[in-house]
Amino acid sequence: MNTWVYVDHFKGNALPSSWEAIGVGKSLGQVTALVFGSSVETLATTAFEHGADEVLLAEDASLEDYRAEAFATTLENLASKQMPDLLLFPTTTRGRELAAMAAIDLKTGVMVDVTALEVVGDKVTITRPIYGGKLLTRETCSSKPLIITLRGRAFPKPMQQAGRSGKLTRVAAATGDFPTRVEGYTTSGSGVSLADAGMIVSGGRGVSNNPAFTPPPGLDEKQVEVWRGQQGFVLVRDLASALGAAVGASRAAVDAGYIPYVHQVGQTGKVVSPDVYIAVGISGAIQHLAGMRTSKVIVAINKDPEAPIFRLARFGVVGDLFQIIPALTTALKKKMGK
Amino acid sequence: MKIVVCVKQVPDSTAKVVVEQGRIIWGDAPLVINPWDEYAMEAALQQREALSGTVTAVTIGDESARETLRRALAMGADDAILISDPGLVNLDTQATAQVLAAVIRKIGAVDMAFFGRQAIDGDAGLVPAQTARLLGWPALTLASVIKVEGGSVHVERGIEEGRQIVTAKLPAVFSMTKDFGEPRYPSFMGIRKASRVEIPAWSLAGVGIAAPVSVITWPEIINPPSREITCEYITGSNPDEIAEALAAKILAEKVL
Ligand SMILES: Cc1cc2nc3c(=O)[nH]c(=O)nc-3n(C[C@H](O)[C@H](O)[C@H](O)COP(=O)(O)OP(=O)(O)OC[C@H]3O[C@@H](n4cnc5c(N)ncnc54)[C@H](O)[C@@H]3O)c2cc1C
Repeated sequence: MNTWVYVDHFKGNALPSSWEAIGVGKSLGQVTALVFGSSVETLATTAFEHGADEVLLAEDASLEDYRAEAFATTLENLASKQMPDLLLFPTTTRGRELAAMAAIDLKTGVMVDVTALEVVGDKVTITRPIYGGKLLTRETCSSKPLIITLRGRAFPKPMQQAGRSGKLTRVAAATGDFPTRVEGYTTSGSGVSLADAGMIVSGGRGVSNNPAFTPPPGLDEKQVEVWRGQQGFVLVRDLASALGAAVGASRAAVDAGYIPYVHQVGQTGKVVSPDVYIAVGISGAIQHLAGMRTSKVIVAINKDPEAPIFRLARFGVVGDLFQIIPALTTALKKKMGK
Repeated sequence: MKIVVCVKQVPDSTAKVVVEQGRIIWGDAPLVINPWDEYAMEAALQQREALSGTVTAVTIGDESARETLRRALAMGADDAILISDPGLVNLDTQATAQVLAAVIRKIGAVDMAFFGRQAIDGDAGLVPAQTARLLGWPALTLASVIKVEGGSVHVERGIEEGRQIVTAKLPAVFSMTKDFGEPRYPSFMGIRKASRVEIPAWSLAGVGIAAPVSVITWPEIINPPSREITCEYITGSNPDEIAEALAAKILAEKVL
C-alpha cells in the first residue's frame, strides 16, 4: 500500500503523533511524508529518520502559518497528480481539519480518531471510540483514497534512526487567493501538549478544599474560592513538574476558574491516554472518564472511598490530598535524585 | 446578519450507552441538544445581539428532533427548519455536510453558519470543515472569540499550542468550543414562544438535492472490553509512609 502521511507541526516543531503515523504507514508499505511550511527542511530530515521513504516538501512564505484553505489546496493539487492508496493524519486540530477537507476534495470519506487498524489484502477495517469512549465502532470506507486520522499515542512511535535519508521532492504550494489572514498567536506557555503527554497530573474541585489556607484580606466569597483553587493547583503543578508531567483538570476546576480551559480533560475537553494519569481530588464523573479512561495506569487520590474514580484506578489513596500530594512530591524528588 | 446554526440531537452526556443485539441503546436517558451546539447557539445569539439580524436553527433528523429545535428556539432562535427524509439515514460526515451545505445555499444570503465542534455521539468533528469546503467559505473552526467588523471577522481559534488569531471575510463557517463562554438557559418567555413557532420540515426534494451517498459503513459497534481492574489501595500509618509507597509504584510505571 502506498501511504502519504501528513506531518503536523507548529513553527517547525512536529507533533509526535505525526511520527506514529509514519510508523503505521511503514507497516503497510511505502511512506511518503508531506511537509508543508516555510523553512521546514529539517522536518523532512526528521521524517526520513522516522522511516519516510520520500518527502514531498512544499516550502513557501504563504505556508508560514497553517491556514486550512491554503494547506488543503496544496494537498489536493498533489493528490490529483498521483493519488495515494491511503492518507494518514495525526488526530490533531490541524490534522483533523485537513483530513475533513481532503475528503471533500478527493470525494471520499474520513475514518477519524482511529485507535486500531486491521488490513486484509487491500481491505482496511478500523476501530475507533464513539460516545466519549462508551462504545467502539468498526468502520470501513468504500471509496478511494482511504483517509484516516490516528489518535495520538494509540500506535507506537518508530525509533528515530540518525542519518537515515530518502528521496526529497520539492513541490509547489497552492497559488490563489486564500482570504484568511493569520494575525498572530497567544501560546499557552505550558510546554507539554496534553494529548501527547506520557504522564498527566490532574486536579479537580477537591483542590480548593483546604481550610488551612488563609486567603489574603479583601476578597469576596467568589474570589476566595478561586484563590483557594489556585493554591491547590500549585500543589498539582509541583507534583507534575517533579514527574515531568503535563497538568490536567476536571471541568469543575475549570468552570470555577482555578485553571484555564486548555487544561480540561473529558468529554468537553481533551481526550488523553498517557501511561500514567494521576487524578487528584477528582470524583470521576462519566464525562471526565470519557477523556481519560484509556490511560494505561490511573492513580486516584481522593478522601471519599466511594468516589467512582477508584473503579478505574490501578492504585488509590483514600486520604487528604493536602497531606498526600506534598509528601508524594518530596518522595518522588528524593527517589529521582533531584 | 443572516445566521444559521446547525444542531444535532444526541443522548444526554450522562446516559449509560451500550450495545445490545447490535443496537445502540441508552435506557431512559433523554435526548438533548448536543452540548457543543449550545455554544454554537450562544455564539450566534451574541452576534445577532451585536449586529441585528436573524438566527435560524437547522437539524437533520426524524420527527423527534423537533424537540432539539424547540430548545434552540427557546434559547432565542428566530426560526427553525427540520430536514427530514427517508433517504437521510446512516449518513457519514461528508454526506451530512453535503446536505447542510445545500440547506445553507437554499436558505440563501447566509453570512455566518455556526456549528458545535463535534457531536458527542459520533465524536467525529469533521462536518464544520467539510461544509465550509463545500460552500467555498473560510472554515473558522474551534473558535473561542468572534468579532465582526464590516465584512470581515476576527477570530481566535484553539490549537494545541494555544490560540491562533485570524481574520477572514464573511460569509464563513464557525465551529465553537467551550471557552467561548457558557450558553444561556432558555427563559420562561423563550420556552413559551418556542412552543408556538411552526417548524417547517424540508425533504430532500424540498432542499433540491438527491440523497447523498455515504461511503463509510460501520459493520459492527461493540461495547469496549471491560477493564478488569482491582484498585490496590496504598495505606500507611502517616502521609509520608503512604507517599513513599505510592512514589515507588508510580516510578515503576513511568516509562523513562
Ligand atoms: C455536557 C457535560 C459535559 C461535561 N464535560 C466534562 C468534561 O469534559 N470534563 C470533566 O471533568 N467534567 C465534565 N462534566 C462535568 C462532570 O459531570 C462533573 O461535574 C465534573 O467532572 C466534576 O469535577 P470534579 O471531579 O473535579 O468535582 P466533584 O465531583 O465535586 O469532585 C471533587 C472530589 O474531590 C474530593 N475531595 C474534596 N476534598 C478533598 C481533599 N481534601 N482530599 C482529597 N479529595 C478531596 C471529593 O471527595 C470529590 O470526589 C460535564 C458535564 C456535562 C453535563
